[in-house]
Amino acid sequence: MKDWRYWLAEQRGTLLAFGIFIAMFVIYTTNHPAGFTANVVQTASNKGVLLAFVAMAQTLVVITAGIDLSVGMIFTLTNCLASWLVIGTGIETAFGVVAVLGTGLLCGAINGAIVIYGRLQPIVATIATGAVYFGIALLLRPFPGGSVNEDLADALTGRLFGVVPASLVVLLAVVLVVWVPFSRSVLGRAAYAAGSSETAAYMSGVPIRRGKFAAYALAGLLAAIGGLFLTFFTYTGDAAYASGNAYTLFSIAAVVLGGVSLFGGKGSAIGAIFGALAFRTIGDLLFVFDFDPLWQPLFQGVILLIAVSLGAFALFRVRNRLEWFL
Amino acid sequence: MDGAVPLFRMEGISKRYGGVRALEKAELSVTPGSIHAILGENGAGKSTLIKVMAGVVAPDEGRMILDGNEVNFASPAAANKAGIVCIFQELSLVPELSVADNIVISDPPTRFGMIDRKAQRRIAEEALARAGGADIHPLALVKDLPLSRRQMVEIAKALARKPRILILDEATSALTATDVAKIFEVLKRLREEGLALLYISHRMNEIAELADQCTVFRNGRNVASYAAGSKSDNEVVELMIGREYSHIFPPKPVRAASDAAPVLEARKLSWADRLDNVSLTVGAGEVVGLGGLDGQGQRELLLAFFGVLRGLSGQILIDGRPVAIASPAAARDDRVGMALIPEDRKTEGLMLPMTVRENLSFAALDRLSKAGVIDRAAEQRLIDDMVGLLAIKTAGLDIPVGALSGGNQQKVVIAKWLMRQPRIILLNDPTRGIDVGTKQELYQLMRKLAEAGAAILFYSTDYDELIGCCDKVLVLYDGAVKRELVGAEITERALISSALNIHGENAGPRQGADA
Repeated sequence: MKDWRYWLAEQRGTLLAFGIFIAMFVIYTTNHPAGFTANVVQTASNKGVLLAFVAMAQTLVVITAGIDLSVGMIFTLTNCLASWLVIGTGIETAFGVVAVLGTGLLCGAINGAIVIYGRLQPIVATIATGAVYFGIALLLRPFPGGSVNEDLADALTGRLFGVVPASLVVLLAVVLVVWVPFSRSVLGRAAYAAGSSETAAYMSGVPIRRGKFAAYALAGLLAAIGGLFLTFFTYTGDAAYASGNAYTLFSIAAVVLGGVSLFGGKGSAIGAIFGALAFRTIGDLLFVFDFDPLWQPLFQGVILLIAVSLGAFALFRVRNRLEWFL
Repeated sequence: MDGAVPLFRMEGISKRYGGVRALEKAELSVTPGSIHAILGENGAGKSTLIKVMAGVVAPDEGRMILDGNEVNFASPAAANKAGIVCIFQELSLVPELSVADNIVISDPPTRFGMIDRKAQRRIAEEALARAGGADIHPLALVKDLPLSRRQMVEIAKALARKPRILILDEATSALTATDVAKIFEVLKRLREEGLALLYISHRMNEIAELADQCTVFRNGRNVASYAAGSKSDNEVVELMIGREYSHIFPPKPVRAASDAAPVLEARKLSWADRLDNVSLTVGAGEVVGLGGLDGQGQRELLLAFFGVLRGLSGQILIDGRPVAIASPAAARDDRVGMALIPEDRKTEGLMLPMTVRENLSFAALDRLSKAGVIDRAAEQRLIDDMVGLLAIKTAGLDIPVGALSGGNQQKVVIAKWLMRQPRIILLNDPTRGIDVGTKQELYQLMRKLAEAGAAILFYSTDYDELIGCCDKVLVLYDGAVKRELVGAEITERALISSALNIHGENAGPRQGADA
């Protein structure tokens, strides 16, 4: 086989998610009253990148065969924190951004430490830490409020050169600065190896713990970038429980749509980004076809079910029935 | 290789797992530029020995000396760094990563902090070529490769770590003859390059072709070391056996082997590349053993009877009538009446956190319930019977089964199936890891069940058990029945020599035992 075929096989999940998103987005814009304009793209992009950041965060943890149920709460917490700190002069704003991102990193690191060194199951550990993070968010913002440096907010949610949505550019930059180095580093490979077969990875002398720890910590950082952007869009901080939970669950949906295996070891954050964008477009599609927004959860559920079923076809090829349960 | 300075020595290495003695003051010394074969039966301590060498388990006592300096390996990575690389029997490849990723996994080449894919590709291609697997594409995912190719990748991966001592544990067991020939060339070339190779294999002809030096292990000790070719196959088998025979088995009934009507019969069962035209019959009251080396298809055969395997070819007959068994639920159905005591009681036999009572009645719930409601009184009666029959020692029926000792856990697994009064009982190495007292009780139980008319098919990795318990033993090799031993023919010598397939490919079934 030629090299490109292997590349294609590896990227199949990502390409599929890309295809689904493009198809949905084309349907959306062609049926939109305004059509394919910079404005429509900007709005869609601003809505999409929030989930995209959180889905990237989820991807990192899912690759290690774990799951992070606190990403939505880190997203909420950093939103509340940003509504206090990302304000004032340039220096103060910069300091605020660093503090918000540092908080996200710390939250992720705590998750990682508990899961790896405390040997708790990721699902339990992150439900607990998620509740703690939300509790802190609530103390920071008992009621929605606060403010943000509006110049920065407008710059990052506006358009570059009048056409390119700035939020998309930031998303791309984050992919290049966080995801690409991670996925190509020794730590990233350790995270994949640990997710695919922890025993084999251990036997091969792979730094499993450091790889997993880096994945959890970076997940916190990515969720914080999402929280920062939420503040830029809304100009406020809001400790909304339902929204935090929704982001956690949608991030898992986006990850699955993006071809990342929940069993670990397989998939890419880029796939998850397209998964997130596609998942967001479902709501927009309902809007242009004049469906009642009440239909949205139903449609999202159906699309998710279809996507997950595609992955289950491999079970039909199993010859030893005990392998069903592996 | 006499007079050569040993590169690596192990002195007085002991290792216990709970009460089981895996290694007892074992000694080994390894010289560069030679191939050293390690021989021994299942459970003789070979695997533990190399795990100690490779830093996977820490020895309880003893010293390891490399280049004249004492060493201790805290992890496989530490052993690798010292130049000791092991190719394990259970593969250590990460399935979702590519071949190249796997080959460099311990120490990937980096550039600006990221993995250098070009360098990685080059290293992988070189290592594959050296390992004789140049036809494997470095970008292929390991999970998509067949087993024999994966083994080549394992070897390439080991070579990429620039080992001084390379350990191969049953490295050829999954390979075809052509692949084996390729690997042998590679190994011989490595020997010329000055590597020390440790070669663990059950295949006597391979050892004869490759080894310079042989060491035989028995019961956790090294019992003999000799230059390859200085002992005959029979002498080697003697060395491997040589242990006292324990009289803990109930007497076997005296009867002609063929007087029982077959209850369970297999005709030309084949499955994937693991079972090859297996035919056998088990009569009522008969205990039939499955022998041979570990992993020659015995487990798959039991799973095939129990309806776990898909795509099985051949026929299974119960009471002379062909049946299709599509699932374990169908196998335990009264028309078949089959029970399987699985090999791993912790995952396939018991639900550890649930109570003894719940575990006991799982398999028989359909018989104990009317319209979906469990008849508590009937359940209690049956459970009392079983606890009495098997003498299960438990502080109560409502404690988690995980709190029981290994032997009592195994009794619960067996009792659970006996509650259905099965006519056909398949046992998959049921005495592994349990104490001698419980073993003895199980042997007696097995005989009692047979006397009550059950047909028993019994796989064991312990040759003593096969000799002591079975009326007939089928020895499997490469998924096929190599030999059938009946009554007095079942001796340790006959079992081992047929398990090693020493008599060559044309040793037909029912040849007279040579003991």
